[in-house]
Order: sequence, then structure tokens, then C-alpha cells
Amino acid sequence: MNGCTERLYNGLVKENPTFVLMLGMCPTLAVTTSAINGLGMGLSTTVVLVLSNMLISMLRKIIPDSVRVPAFIVVVASFVTIVQFLMEGFVPSLYASLGIYIPLIVVNCIILGRAESYASKNPVVLSIFDGIGMGLGFTVGLTAIGIVREIIGSGKIFGAQILPLADEAAGKAGYTPITIFILAPGAFLVLAGLTALQNKVKNNMAKKGKKAPESASCADGCASCTNGACGGKVFPTGNEE
Amino acid sequence: MKELLIIAIGSALVNNVVLSQFLGICPFLGVSKKVDTAAGMGGAVVFVITLASFVTAVINKFILANEAIMDGKLVYLQTIVFILVIACLVQFVEMFLKKSMPSLYQALGVYLPLITTNCAVLGVALTNVQKSYNILESIINGIGISVGFLVAIVILAGIREKMEYNDISESFRGTPIVLITSALMAIAFFGFSGLI
Repeated sequence: MNGCTERLYNGLVKENPTFVLMLGMCPTLAVTTSAINGLGMGLSTTVVLVLSNMLISMLRKIIPDSVRVPAFIVVVASFVTIVQFLMEGFVPSLYASLGIYIPLIVVNCIILGRAESYASKNPVVLSIFDGIGMGLGFTVGLTAIGIVREIIGSGKIFGAQILPLADEAAGKAGYTPITIFILAPGAFLVLAGLTALQNKVKNNMAKKGKKAPESASCADGCASCTNGACGGKVFPTGNEE
Repeated sequence: MKELLIIAIGSALVNNVVLSQFLGICPFLGVSKKVDTAAGMGGAVVFVITLASFVTAVINKFILANEAIMDGKLVYLQTIVFILVIACLVQFVEMFLKKSMPSLYQALGVYLPLITTNCAVLGVALTNVQKSYNILESIINGIGISVGFLVAIVILAGIREKMEYNDISESFRGTPIVLITSALMAIAFFGFSGLI
């Protein structure tokens, strides 16, 4: 496997940001009320991630080490603003349903995390493929959660009714949607189920003596990535211990 | 006065920032193992969000949306300006507290740097602009949202402390059970929706 396909495989499977690294939990929980929202959010994050990885990798020798995090933030924020205006112009309905979570891509840990841990150290082409892989991994994760929530919550996939609804007045048997799954608590419940499943797979693999795939630094949700990726300190003041 | 009260209660309880807006999930899940640390984190968030919503509201009113400068066309810079201002602000607050209020710094210091990347702070700044709140309303909204965060994280930490000795099935240990707890809390917070 050459370098580029290795990066794609790494982002989609080995270090999938949603299921393995558990990064970017806020958009994961907030916008996955339907599959199409998850897909839209995933793709817009992918675009920002690819572009910012590309530019940061090009500038990696110019940006001084001490101000790199603010510099990364400015790069990411510029691309987010561009994506925000393009979406407002061309897909207004998706823009309306994603709302505030589009500008909040700036503080998504995946993007700063990849800039810090990959793009700032590697050549341009590899960084672009890293961005594509990670972005698609995130998109797949969001869409999968969105599909689960949409089926259980309303019996639809991508807006198409696949489970015929019950109609008591007409005496028609069918599916009664569990509306809570497209409301706020459903997000927590679906994610809890998914992480429990992941724990089970990991435990089984550990019992068989196989080495489980690394859960990287973010076993505790996102807390540790705020430590790692963004370094805590955005502007080093120079007098820290 | 009545409007301000509605904004405060609405943002603290009805549209709770963590449990219904999903902002600031990271510290909510990460720093909620003990009530003490959760309260510390919540306190720091209240402090920073209140300050940030004031500063960003002022910047937005007098620079970005000011008719005298570029006909008020600078509003498209909001995202970039707000995130940089928040990052600088947190840094300044940290240095200021370290020099002048060492005791408060002792209590909040560890949590301050983590807040820069807390999406709730940027989220509040952007919501204030979206809903075109004036400066006073922005501050009230900031206080409401951050108090909502404080309430949610302290309740979760309390439950997690009790839960530590429970016999939880193997796969659900750790993050999954915390997520289920949050789901139940979110259902409970639906009860507030009739309030306004």
C-alpha cells in the first residue's frame, strides 16, 4: 500500500475520528438528527479539513513554532467562513438546519488535531490525503449515526419513508416512531450504544489475546484532545512551569 | 426587565447548553469525575463566557457592524475575530489572575486554558449576534448559558460519584454509562420546556 492509500485507510478505518478516536463529539451529537444532516456536516468538515491541511502543510516551514496554534486557527477560520458563505448561497436549506454548527467547525478538535499532529510535519500531498481520509471517516460516522436515529425516530432514511407508519384511525398496522431518538436524549443514547459495542469488541479481542486497536489519546471523549491538540496554551506566555 | 429574565431562564434551563444544544460536550464528559473539579470547571466557564459575551458584543457593535467603518460590511469576519478574541481573552484572564488574585487562580487556573477550545464560548458569541441581542442582553444570555453549563456538569459529577461503586456491565463501563446518564438528564430537562 503506498502512502496516499495508507492515509485514506488510516482515516476511514484504523483511526476513524468518530468511532475510534471519539473526536468532535459536539457536532456528532448535535446534527445527526437525520442522515442528510450528518452527511452535510461531514462533507463540509471534510472540505475545511482538506483545505486547511493543504495550506498548513505548505506553510509548515514558514510558521514560527511559538505562534503556530493561533496561525492554524486563522487558517481554519478563513476556510470555515468561505464554506459558510458557499453553503448559505447554494444549499440554503441545509445551511438553515445545520445553523450555528457550521461556524463552530473552527473549534472542532479533529481539524486542529490533524493540523498539529500531521499537516505541520508532513508534505503537501500526504497531508491532503490525510485530510480526505479523516474527513470521510468523520462523514461515514456522522451519516451512520444519522441513519440509525432517523430510522428509529421517524422510520425514514434520507427523507424517504422505509418503514410504513402505523395509523390507528385507519386500523393500519405499522411502525410507531420513537420520537425521542430525533430529539436531544436520542443522540446520547445512540452514542452510548455505539461506544458500548466498541468496548465489547475491544474486550473480546483482548480476551482472545489479540492486540486491540489503539484508542489513541482520546479515551475520555474529547477532554484529552483539548489538552493535546490545542496544547492548552494558545499563546505561550513564556513564564509557565 | 421581563425580557431579560426570559432570556436568562431560557438559556439556563429550557435550552440548556449541554443537554439540548450539545455545546461544550468535551469538558462535560471529560471533567465530570468529581464534584469539586466539575464545580471549578463550571466556575471558570461562567467567568469566561460572561466576559467573552461582553467583549464580543462590544466588538461586534462598535467595529464589525459599525456603519462608519466599511459601511458595516465587516460582519463576515465574525468567526475569525471572535475565536481570536476569545483565545487572547482567556490568556489575558489567566495572566491577570495569576498576578493579582492568586487564590482565584489556584481555584480556576487549571481549567482556564481548556476553555479556549470549549465550543460553548464561541457558540454563545455567535448566538448573541444571530439573535441580534444588544450588549446587556448578550451578557445576560452569556450568564444564563454558563450557569446552565455549571448546573449540568455539577449534577452529572454528583451522579458519577455515586455511580462509581455500582456494578455496571463490562461493556458499559466508562463513557457509555456517562452518556446514558446524560440522556436521562436531557429527558429530565425537557420538563423545563413549559417554563417560558
